[in-house]
Amino acid sequence: MRNELLQKEIDKATAVLPEPVVRYIQDCSKKKNPNSHLISVLHKVQDHFGFLAKEHMDAVSILMQIPSAKVTGVASFYHFFNFTPRGKHRVSLCMGTACFVKGAGKVLDKLQDLLGIKVGETSADGLFSIDVARCVGACALAPVMIVDEKVYAGVKPDQLVKILGEYGYNPKKAKP
Amino acid sequence: MSNPMEQLLERREKAEKRLRREKFNAKVRITVGSATCENAAGAPDVFKKVEELIKRHGLKDVTLSRVGCTGRCDMEPVVTVFSQRTTPVKYIAMTPDKVEKVFDSHILKAIPLKDLAMPNEGTQNTDFSEERLWGDARLTDRFSSVFNDVHFFGKQMRMTLRNCGVIDPEDMDEYIMVRGYQAAVKVLTDMTPNDVVNTVTKSGLRGRGGGGFPTGVKWNFALAQKNEEKYIVCNADEGDPGAFMDRSTIEGDPHTVIEGMIIGGYAIGARQGYVYIRAEYPLAIKRLEIAIAAARQAGFLGTGIFGTNWDFDIEIRLGAGAFVCGEETALIRSIEGERGMPRPRPPYPAASGLWGKPTVINNVETFANIPVVILDGPEWFSSIGTAKSKGTKVFALAGKVCNTGLVEVPMGTTLRDVVYGVGGGIRDGKKFKAVQTGGPAGGCLPESYLDTPVDYESLTAAGSMMGSGGMIVIDEDSCMVDVARFFLDFTQDESCGKCTPCREGTKRMLEILQRITSGRGVEGDIDKLLRLGDTIKRTSLCGLGQASPNPVISTIKHFREEYEAHIREKRCPAGVCAGLLTFSIISEKCIGCGACKRKCPVPCITGKPKEVHEIDQARCIKCGQCFEACKFDAVKRS
Amino acid sequence: MTIEKKVTLWIDGVKVTVPEKTTILQAADSININVPSLCYHPDLSVIGACRVCVVEVDGQRNPVASCSYPVAEGMKVKTSSPLLRRLRRDVVELILDNHPQDCQACVRNGTCELQKLAYDLGVRERLFEGERKRFPVDTSSPVHRNPEKCILCGRCVRVCDEVQGVHNLSVQHRGFNNVVAPAHDCKMIDSVCIHCGQCVNVCPTAAFTEQDATESVFEALSNPDLHVVVHTAPAIRATIGEGFGFRPGTPVTGKLVTALRMAGFHKVFDTNFGADLTIIEESTEFLSRVQKKERLPLITSCSPGWVNFMERFYPELIPLTSTCKSPMSMLSTLLKTYYAQQMGVDPEKIFVVAVMPCTAKKFEAKRPEHMAPWGKPYTDAVLTTRELVWMLKCLGVDFHNLEDGAFDSPLGVSSGAADIFGATGGVMEAALRTAYEKITGKELESLEFETVRGVEGVKETSIQIDGLTINIGVANGLQNAKNLLDRVASGEKQYHIIEIMACPGGCVAGGGQPYPPRGMHVLDPELGRLRAKALYSIDGSKSLRKSHENPAIELLYENFLGAPNSHLCHELLHTHYEPKTPRGVK
Repeated sequence: MRNELLQKEIDKATAVLPEPVVRYIQDCSKKKNPNSHLISVLHKVQDHFGFLAKEHMDAVSILMQIPSAKVTGVASFYHFFNFTPRGKHRVSLCMGTACFVKGAGKVLDKLQDLLGIKVGETSADGLFSIDVARCVGACALAPVMIVDEKVYAGVKPDQLVKILGEYGYNPKKAKP
Repeated sequence: MSNPMEQLLERREKAEKRLRREKFNAKVRITVGSATCENAAGAPDVFKKVEELIKRHGLKDVTLSRVGCTGRCDMEPVVTVFSQRTTPVKYIAMTPDKVEKVFDSHILKAIPLKDLAMPNEGTQNTDFSEERLWGDARLTDRFSSVFNDVHFFGKQMRMTLRNCGVIDPEDMDEYIMVRGYQAAVKVLTDMTPNDVVNTVTKSGLRGRGGGGFPTGVKWNFALAQKNEEKYIVCNADEGDPGAFMDRSTIEGDPHTVIEGMIIGGYAIGARQGYVYIRAEYPLAIKRLEIAIAAARQAGFLGTGIFGTNWDFDIEIRLGAGAFVCGEETALIRSIEGERGMPRPRPPYPAASGLWGKPTVINNVETFANIPVVILDGPEWFSSIGTAKSKGTKVFALAGKVCNTGLVEVPMGTTLRDVVYGVGGGIRDGKKFKAVQTGGPAGGCLPESYLDTPVDYESLTAAGSMMGSGGMIVIDEDSCMVDVARFFLDFTQDESCGKCTPCREGTKRMLEILQRITSGRGVEGDIDKLLRLGDTIKRTSLCGLGQASPNPVISTIKHFREEYEAHIREKRCPAGVCAGLLTFSIISEKCIGCGACKRKCPVPCITGKPKEVHEIDQARCIKCGQCFEACKFDAVKRS
Repeated sequence: MTIEKKVTLWIDGVKVTVPEKTTILQAADSININVPSLCYHPDLSVIGACRVCVVEVDGQRNPVASCSYPVAEGMKVKTSSPLLRRLRRDVVELILDNHPQDCQACVRNGTCELQKLAYDLGVRERLFEGERKRFPVDTSSPVHRNPEKCILCGRCVRVCDEVQGVHNLSVQHRGFNNVVAPAHDCKMIDSVCIHCGQCVNVCPTAAFTEQDATESVFEALSNPDLHVVVHTAPAIRATIGEGFGFRPGTPVTGKLVTALRMAGFHKVFDTNFGADLTIIEESTEFLSRVQKKERLPLITSCSPGWVNFMERFYPELIPLTSTCKSPMSMLSTLLKTYYAQQMGVDPEKIFVVAVMPCTAKKFEAKRPEHMAPWGKPYTDAVLTTRELVWMLKCLGVDFHNLEDGAFDSPLGVSSGAADIFGATGGVMEAALRTAYEKITGKELESLEFETVRGVEGVKETSIQIDGLTINIGVANGLQNAKNLLDRVASGEKQYHIIEIMACPGGCVAGGGQPYPPRGMHVLDPELGRLRAKALYSIDGSKSLRKSHENPAIELLYENFLGAPNSHLCHELLHTHYEPKTPRGVK
């Protein structure tokens, strides 16, 4: 009885997560202090899905046997994790001190205005989402904006339309 | 079987043979800076171009490799051309086009292109030779032999960053060539844990993460704990906005951190190490992974390392975007897979840390200094610096200064020397206003403090702190109340929320600052800020909370009149605080082009073409678009 | 054995010697110096979060939190100074600034620890007021959650983790946005919450409270069409006095009955009757399983918190759990069947109120398994002890000066075995009294089974009945229950019968009991002991002390139910369980 009920839950959870993550969790469970790998597991899940959905976290809870309140408590503590699907292109603006001093605030205002969304949200056409980074460590290039992997240095507000244009920005679709 | 040191030296010989074959014996050796910052500036394309040109010209005696970042961030990507006995030429801000030019002239015709190279070339003789670079010289001498002809570097002393920009971080043989792992083997074979602790204590090395706690004392405390299981942790959760020396160190010289940890682990009796590193640093993580794998492969990590009977291994743990995890008890919680909330001390981690076991946590920069302390000796190390602060400190110099980048200077160098000497003074001829050190936990120091020496005690006494080494130069264009608000915004957002004063208090301080910067400040607000600041300082649970009011307290101390102008006169002297600005059109300058009118989102600008325009103050939302749009300086911001 | 090292220090100039590792707060407490505190709870782990308990220590740059700071030899501590007064005041103001200002209208008015601290520490004006957090109140389950009143002391999280092992609550999000909530910030009813109410007990404010049933009871009482009956759980008589200023451990059965009559209930019955009946049914079930050697150990099912826990965390134990309804549900069912028949009243016109020490009982009453065939619950309303105290105060009942009353017959007659249900081990002791005599046919010499008494978390014993060794396990507090069950699962222990009470100490410390008086605290073992003592004294003073000798029970079987475990018994007095989702992670 015991195993049957639990096994059913485990099977369900296994189906939710990608196979390498499941294998990683199994590997961790054999190590000392298996629960300490929770954050690594969440990283892997987010790498795969782009965000952490409720069912992903519940599956992690079941497979790692960590109470789900704790899983969400941990996930929501760390700003690296996000809980809604991200845009096709992730626009990340550095808000480190150097970037701030060099006017990143104004770039952000403009960016939010252009896309009609706030930090952490995704534009209506699903093309862009905005994140704020806490210093990417490229202070000499301030203000720095990263779209997907590409880094833009010394960004000024009036360059944004052009930069976003490289990724298919259409004001009418981004802001319905 | 030969002893471990002989084995290492044999390995070094093999490495040398290989490198000579593949890299060093070439007529020309080209290195391309390839840290995150360099890559952002376009290094990958530059690297590809060099590779392509070598192939295209069929050059057999030209080699190419990646190195870390030199720290001259505003001139990246940097390409260095070594040709035998002459001082290497450092080409700056390279693009594929410029690479082509350099190739045509310098590589093919042996005529260096001075215009494309780092300025201040040739002011100092660096006494460069490949033998000197790879020989048995003092660890700190190699960097200088390549770079010290440049004023920016000549003013510095590279100890932590000694190999950054010099060796290929992904090739362990190059690290071995610069006497890598010799300190670890020396410690494992010739020294008892007590000897190591004593040596580190004697060197006077203090924690570089911000607190400045003597490293030897910390190690000694952990060594004294009777426990089979201990841990050593490298704190690479570099969270201070504006500080990136840890990233640069790991990206440029990952093995030195591993070696430092091996030594620390042996000294305190820890067989397992963890590197806790920000997930925001993918390249540093990758390089560290490569380095750990290479070290394991070579038997430098794992069981019976270096052929001794000591076991030691390292695991990487990723952070996930929480500034507070730089605090050691929070970091421990995070490695344990929990919310990174600090816990009260005592017990200190050295007595009860990871999983309740004795744990030593040092930061990247501290570990990077350990091999120097061991190989060059504690006496030499302690000869550098001041009475209480030994060695060097790396600063991330940024803001409104001419030369931005990573700067490593002996402790005791004055702020003026850093800002004006190495940094080359204020950009665009503006006036210096303040220098901010210590990140969100630090403070802003005005011009009258520029002769403060950079060491732990002096900076703290001045009302700021060393912190992890962020140094932001602020000029007259910045509003100090706004700067304080920026830092409070950061701390408040990064507060873990566990203890009342930090969670609630920073929010209230931020609200008051927002009130002041938007023109709604009232008499008494400064007193409230000071009182709240004092309460937070005295009652917060962790060091970060305790330090969070510092930016506000120090700006009130040194720039009180700016606060008062905001509150009493509803005026922002620097013209930054939008809520306090007015935009008006100077009729003499306005030609009636209509650019401002077209940009105005409200719209509140009226005026016929070719006539003087006017701004309706009642409707103006102070967005500043007109100010940006006007090409004739006809819009006045006040 | 290591000898405990002692440390001598000075607190406010007073020399005190305490064992090493004692905290400053404990050391101060030992010499009657009360350092104000908030997040600190003596029976939970120490987190040092609120920073109210700061004291000055010579040589320390900043004040330290006395709840977490260990004493040291020669330490000099100041617990009061102008600086400390200001700091504590400011810290408490900061908490208040993010808290609704509706003290007068709050259910915790008068029992709120924050309110008391704010007064004691002299917060008379607001200096730093600003934006206040906004959240809706979660009223989805018997345990209401109001994050706006939460001060993030984390006691609820700790009690849920450390004492109950449920791990339903965690601090979610970060910083100013911190909120204590179940996973995904979901509603309590959709969480793994077992509704035990221990979070309500430890909460210093009104962030956790019970669902209010008083209004529906007042309404029923004033409805002329309804026949309103009440029955009160064994534990109530030992605790309700505290709500009116009696010392903990003062039994007030007679006054309670009188008060309920004055409140307007048409009949006042005793849940004890249900308890005696439970013993008959459960011991019959037990003996039959022992004889057949199947489905052992039998696990008791009186505690609704435990039943919820079992269904979510240990669904594999469903076959082992007694199918007996709880005493409350047995009696409520009989009230709308047997009693209605006897009285000739339309059962749909009977309104049954149960006074319980428990918030989970509110959940139990609404379970589909406990619905009458006409679609209404057998128990119409469940009041906690606290709610009844308030109702009586609202009605102006002068509890102190009430004459003793007696429960109505026949469903008010009970044995002493039923009274002790309210204390951990009580159900076991009551069952043993009956099982022993049923098996042996002999009279017990001593009725007191001391080995199952006491407030320890886990109690184990074996007794010999006619050559048969019965292994017994008793656990209270679900973390203790987990420990015991895990040992069963691993095969380390074999029991025949296990009693589990969800709340630490049993029903006397249930999630619906009065907030303890000054000088005592929730989870205080001494409080549990005093309250239990009251029950044992009632038992000891009765001449009827075994469930099977209760004449009213005998009559009930004769006139209505037939034999124990009969078909009708199964239909009315037994229930079933189902695995519940979300499943809890142990």
